[in-house]
Amino acid sequence: MKYAGLLVMPAGFFLCVAALVLFPAPASRTAFVFCGLAVEALGLVVAVRGHIEPRGDAN
Amino acid sequence: MNSPLSPVVSEAAFAVTLVLLILAPLAIAGVALINAGLGRSRSAAQALLGNVAIFAVAAIVFVLVGATFTGLSDGPSHLFHLAGKSWNWLGEGSFFLAGFSTASPQSQLALLYEFLAVALAALIPWGSGADRLRLAAGCAVAAVLAALVFPLFAHWVWAGGWLAQLGTNFGLGSGFLDPGGAATVHVLGGLSAVAVVWVTGSRRGKFPKEGFSTAMPGHNAAYILFGCLIALVGWLAFNLAGQLLWLHAPLTALPLTAINTVLAASGALAATFTVTRIRFGKPDASLCANGWLAGLVASSASAALVSPLPALFIGVVAGVITPLLVELLELAVSIDDPSGAISAHAVSGLWGLAAAGIFAGASGQFLAQLIGIAASLGLILPLVYLLFWLLNRAVPFRVDADGERIGMDLHELGGGAYPEFVIHRDESYR
Repeated sequence: MKYAGLLVMPAGFFLCVAALVLFPAPASRTAFVFCGLAVEALGLVVAVRGHIEPRGDAN
Repeated sequence: MNSPLSPVVSEAAFAVTLVLLILAPLAIAGVALINAGLGRSRSAAQALLGNVAIFAVAAIVFVLVGATFTGLSDGPSHLFHLAGKSWNWLGEGSFFLAGFSTASPQSQLALLYEFLAVALAALIPWGSGADRLRLAAGCAVAAVLAALVFPLFAHWVWAGGWLAQLGTNFGLGSGFLDPGGAATVHVLGGLSAVAVVWVTGSRRGKFPKEGFSTAMPGHNAAYILFGCLIALVGWLAFNLAGQLLWLHAPLTALPLTAINTVLAASGALAATFTVTRIRFGKPDASLCANGWLAGLVASSASAALVSPLPALFIGVVAGVITPLLVELLELAVSIDDPSGAISAHAVSGLWGLAAAGIFAGASGQFLAQLIGIAASLGLILPLVYLLFWLLNRAVPFRVDADGERIGMDLHELGGGAYPEFVIHRDESYR
């Protein structure tokens, strides 16, 4: 899961870049950028949850 | 290939910027003291030696390799074309700073700024790996950041890269603005801290099988708080020099930026003081230091772009977020970050960048800031995690269990920072 989350994050970034290229209108461009950021946030949450260490483990 | 022209710098602006950049290492000294103070006493010498060594490694590697990829705003760069626009993605400077003495005054100062900024960025993950990150690994992390990651991002933001050109290419305000290094230094350093903590793991005994996580307070509050005061001078220097270099502001704009920087830090400290007073009954010294730092980091993005009242508000929000997030990261997601760098540098930096877009007022500026945030979060975190994961195979990050038990000073240096003191038994090993 931790690697899946980290793979999702660049996908969110490319959505933001795609918004620049595909949507000249400010409203749709902004909405698409927010969607990209939401995907990044989702990936971050998955990565963070995947990295939670089991308690009591001596590293 | 792309060779834009940079504005001519007056002699007065050159002199002021140079003096400011000579003061900028005080930010590094402040962060070094904070890092050392927030660690344990039996790792204090290793922590401070690590700070100096990382500074040295970052400086050498940046000059040898990193400056080439950072490039200059009036120098050549690598471009690709997409959707009718040119995307400037990597600098094309000369290796080993060849030709530096004949570069324009603006370019020389820009490289000096980046040279110091990379050292500060490389120092941030060192604090998060305190008490278990090996010295060699800390230096290797600094080398990777100085050679690859920082130059890439610094080129995008400061050397005419695609983020800086969002204004001219897509009509988004003045493009992504980061005059004090909130993204290139602090968010980059904070996200590197996340990757270091994930790759290295938590300190032994930090998260026991039952009950809450073990409190492992910093060993020297005096270091931490004095570090905050020293860091203020360095931050003022970075913010003011950045305003002259990256925004081409007149000298008369500097006093307001200095006031905004102090206001943001003060507001953040007051907010953290209040939050910890409410949460714990008494203000917490180390969290207040983190709050102060968070205010300074938020000011790096916004102090040169906003008026005093928004600067104060930005600092207050950073000061509220930081102590709550430090607690949340430790208790909810088991992230062992002794220096609080993830909250104080990464999150406050992201907040400062967004707030700069909100309060700067220019049309499209907020969207430009969001794109910059998306780039730092969506690309830099996975990239540094991958690089550190690979690096950990070659240079193991974590010290062995015995080394962690006796302390990094004895294990790595053969002597402690406080040889006349008796180090008490650590109750966290159970």
